[in-house]
Amino acid sequence: MNLLRTTVALSAILVAGAALAQDGAITVWADATRQPAVEAFIAAHPEVPVNLVLDDGSSGASGTFQTKISLADQANEGWPDVVFSTQNNDAAWAARENNGAQAFAQVLNEGFLDQAFLDGFTPGALDPVTVDGKVYGLRNDLAPVLFWYNKTLLDQFGYAAPTTWEEYQALGDKLAAEHPGYFLGAIGDAFQGPYIYYWSGEAPIFQLEGETFKSDTSAPNAVKVSNLIDHMVANKTLTLDSVFGANFVASAANLVAIPGPAWYSGALFQNPGGVNAKAGDWVAAPPLKWADGAAVTGNVGGGVWYASSHTKNPEAVKTFLKFVISDTKVAGTGGLPAYQAAADAWLDAQAASGFYAGDFKAAIQTAASSVWNGWGYPNFSPETAWAKVVTPGLAAGKTMTDLAADWQQEMKNEAQVVGYTVE
Amino acid sequence: MSTIEHSAATVALERPRKGMSVERAQGRIGVLFATPYTLFLIAFGILPALYAIYLAFTRKGAFVGFDNFLKVFKDYRFWPAVEHVGIFIVVWLVLLVVLVVTLAILVHSIGLRWFSGAMRFIYYIPGALAGASSVMLWLFVLDPTVSPVSWLLQALGIESFVGAVDASRLPIVLAVIAFWTGAGGWIVIMYGALNNISKDVIEAARVDGAGPVRIAWSIQIPLMRKWIAYMVIMSFAGGTQLFVEPRVLAQASRGVVGQDYSLNQLAFLYAFKQNDFNGSAAISLVLLAVAVALSIYFVFKGGLFERA
Repeated sequence: MNLLRTTVALSAILVAGAALAQDGAITVWADATRQPAVEAFIAAHPEVPVNLVLDDGSSGASGTFQTKISLADQANEGWPDVVFSTQNNDAAWAARENNGAQAFAQVLNEGFLDQAFLDGFTPGALDPVTVDGKVYGLRNDLAPVLFWYNKTLLDQFGYAAPTTWEEYQALGDKLAAEHPGYFLGAIGDAFQGPYIYYWSGEAPIFQLEGETFKSDTSAPNAVKVSNLIDHMVANKTLTLDSVFGANFVASAANLVAIPGPAWYSGALFQNPGGVNAKAGDWVAAPPLKWADGAAVTGNVGGGVWYASSHTKNPEAVKTFLKFVISDTKVAGTGGLPAYQAAADAWLDAQAASGFYAGDFKAAIQTAASSVWNGWGYPNFSPETAWAKVVTPGLAAGKTMTDLAADWQQEMKNEAQVVGYTVE
Repeated sequence: MSTIEHSAATVALERPRKGMSVERAQGRIGVLFATPYTLFLIAFGILPALYAIYLAFTRKGAFVGFDNFLKVFKDYRFWPAVEHVGIFIVVWLVLLVVLVVTLAILVHSIGLRWFSGAMRFIYYIPGALAGASSVMLWLFVLDPTVSPVSWLLQALGIESFVGAVDASRLPIVLAVIAFWTGAGGWIVIMYGALNNISKDVIEAARVDGAGPVRIAWSIQIPLMRKWIAYMVIMSFAGGTQLFVEPRVLAQASRGVVGQDYSLNQLAFLYAFKQNDFNGSAAISLVLLAVAVALSIYFVFKGGLFERA
């Protein structure tokens, strides 16, 4: 209830964190999903003491990372050595000086890590964390949007798998008419609308040119995406449930297909608490596109590891980063590793397991190389505005067409308060 | 917690005067009890407040007058946050005053000692949970897919968690959570206040033919006026600082409850999202000014410092 209590608690955490630091030890902030990777490092490198602090990894654009760094900047102590974030727009603030405190993120090229190691990333993987040629973070995994479908169900119903958004919508109409209750995706989490539908649909609603933020929900592609969502929400082939919620899991047997990121593989399909798919049922297919559009797709996060510019143990930090990024057993932490060699090993292992029908490796590679580059990485996320305006609006029965202008306004307002010029 | 200490101090003051030496001994003990509190108040209350005043009127160390305030007032999130907090406080304070007074009088009128004691204990239990953990509990109650009272939620037209924390329902939801956590302590305090009312007065009224409602309305409530004013002031100050509840709801609802719902959350965003500690300080000063002004009003209106 009061800020004072919270501040005292936060300072206590910082003090405790500082007290735990020992000679040669590094402090790592990461979320629970990354915990096994950090523990694998501890087992493999007993010579580097690691102090792991678990947080939410800034998921849902909670801003935990930035909040805690601001406190440390203000206190002039208590910075971690390595941080994991699920967002890939943190470089927008971490690469800058804040209130006189040096930029938190360590520049990782230009001598910190050898160029040969950095060259090992999948081409384009480091783009979201590169500012003016300086690399400020290392992508943990790539998260291009693919099209996942249940081959067994489609064959049983006698439908062909869609390859365009138009066919996807038409499949929704057929399902709604002939097999009501079966569905084609979800839009209950804040990341799905912006990244899976608008980004993949090449809609210019989150763009950054220099310091100017642009968003146009009335652009032709944006309108096409809004209409698609409205149409499929109306015929109930798009659910308003969260893919991590109890309702979705309960109805997962009726899921026929879903566009989604590469990490759905581990987080949704091979997760006993998610879809819990049967081996051989599901196919990872190349991303959907507009019939008359370019073959592009969206991207949903794909975490980033940052090194602190304040670290006193740069060698330990380098050892840690190289391990979590490139060790074939832990890299990617369940998703598609951003490091090429680890990605190849992961793709081969996935293909060899035969869990997915179809050409899993080719689909992922196609998706990974076709992420639409018109999307921006400013110092805020489209997810907060989506959650605030669109999620409750859709739940109250409004349509995307009703809500698009408000959503755009909320994003522009956010851009303005964090200091961008808005057009 | 501090409310209990306050009331204990006030009760001590109201004790009849005895010999001088006892008074002096009491004074010494009083100083002993008050010292740690005063030290903490200076370290965590007064010094930060002074620092906030400095920050609110400066930018990068230079005096800028009311610039920080103007910037905050023009922020598109400020007035909605004022509205959110305002509605919440009105709903909550009305709920608090009406229900706490009613429940305290009801419990006080229970003849059975063990039953009355048990009821006070039960009322007090939720107060033992800190703000954040009580919100965690409410997250389950409010989600129709897991709630033990999902039938009730559905009867109210709430089909999903997003619906439960819809903007129109949120002030009520937050007021219910705040009432549930905070009311027990106040019921116990009001019970103490009722015990202070002389039995003779009640007895005389009863002989004159007054029923329980008449006694409550004409004797008990007027004599509890100070305590009610005290409760309103403390709750008002706490209510304007609404933070943990919407913050946890924001995390749990994946942002459907905005991270900028309340004024304190906005101050938090200013400090830690925008790195604007000056704007953040300006918001806290606005809160301080409003809380002080309304407290002064209630102090005089409620006759808090009048000798009985």
